[in-house]
Amino acid sequence: MKIGIVVFPGTWSDRDTFYALNEVIKINSEYIWHKDQSLNNCDFIILPGGFSYGDYLRTGAIASFSPIMEKVIEFSKQGGPVLGICNGFQILCESNLLPGILIKNKNLDFICERSFLKVNNQSIYSDQYKQNEIINIPISHGEGNFQLDKYNLDKLEEEERIIFRYSSQSGDETESYNPNGSVNNIAGIVNSKGNVLGMMPHPEKASEKILGGEDGKRIFTSIIENISQNV
Amino acid sequence: MNFIYEIKITYKDSVNDPEGLTITESSQRIGFKEIKKIRSGKLFIINVESPNENEANIKIDEICDKLLHNPIIEKYSFNKI
Repeated sequence: MKIGIVVFPGTWSDRDTFYALNEVIKINSEYIWHKDQSLNNCDFIILPGGFSYGDYLRTGAIASFSPIMEKVIEFSKQGGPVLGICNGFQILCESNLLPGILIKNKNLDFICERSFLKVNNQSIYSDQYKQNEIINIPISHGEGNFQLDKYNLDKLEEEERIIFRYSSQSGDETESYNPNGSVNNIAGIVNSKGNVLGMMPHPEKASEKILGGEDGKRIFTSIIENISQNV
Repeated sequence: MNFIYEIKITYKDSVNDPEGLTITESSQRIGFKEIKKIRSGKLFIINVESPNENEANIKIDEICDKLLHNPIIEKYSFNKI
């Protein structure tokens, strides 16, 4: 199996993702430049965090028109797994692969801190967690405030597509534990087919004990295990 | 022919605008008590080469829809200048 990490101008979490996969989890991943014309037979695509194109216009907007995104969109429509982390989530929303949009944090601050998340384990990216398990993964963003109209929000809730929500360490999902103003404390969602996940927290930065925790690692091992069973 | 447009992108009225709110609060703090509300937005100035104004308008609509605004939270308007 091979994992592709897409690099745009301004991406900065590509190397942490590469390290978590190749050195910690010991699975083969490689970089794909945004001007490449092919996904090079990768089985799983990651759009990592960063500030693609300097966040000009709107976060993720310009990257969504990068040449490689045509291939990523085609791959995802055929059921291929795509994970967008932070700026990657913003790009997936701007590409219409996920509903909604990420706007400025409610307090306008750039937030860089560890956050607690409550897990819905009903996805190929999270089935190695227990239902409602509380995990600790860092966030690092200025535009992580997820917004969506009521009709589509209700649909996300009904279809159980909200995979991660911001919460307290004991699982309290009230507004006081919502760092950025996202509706319904949303930190990560999947598309209707379940093969595309977008999340603001950075699992690659929580993949080793020496970095303060390894709660993020199971997102990668969940999806890798699920792909291996289907290959 | 060359046409020049000003394109204005603003948040929809129903969308919270944290930047506008913060500037509103700041202006009141420094004494502009009459300023009750500020909404933020973006302005683009675009040159279009087109055989006529009608077709130039169509191009501006297209770029606003495809790239410049996100219809989930924003609206746009434009003027030829």
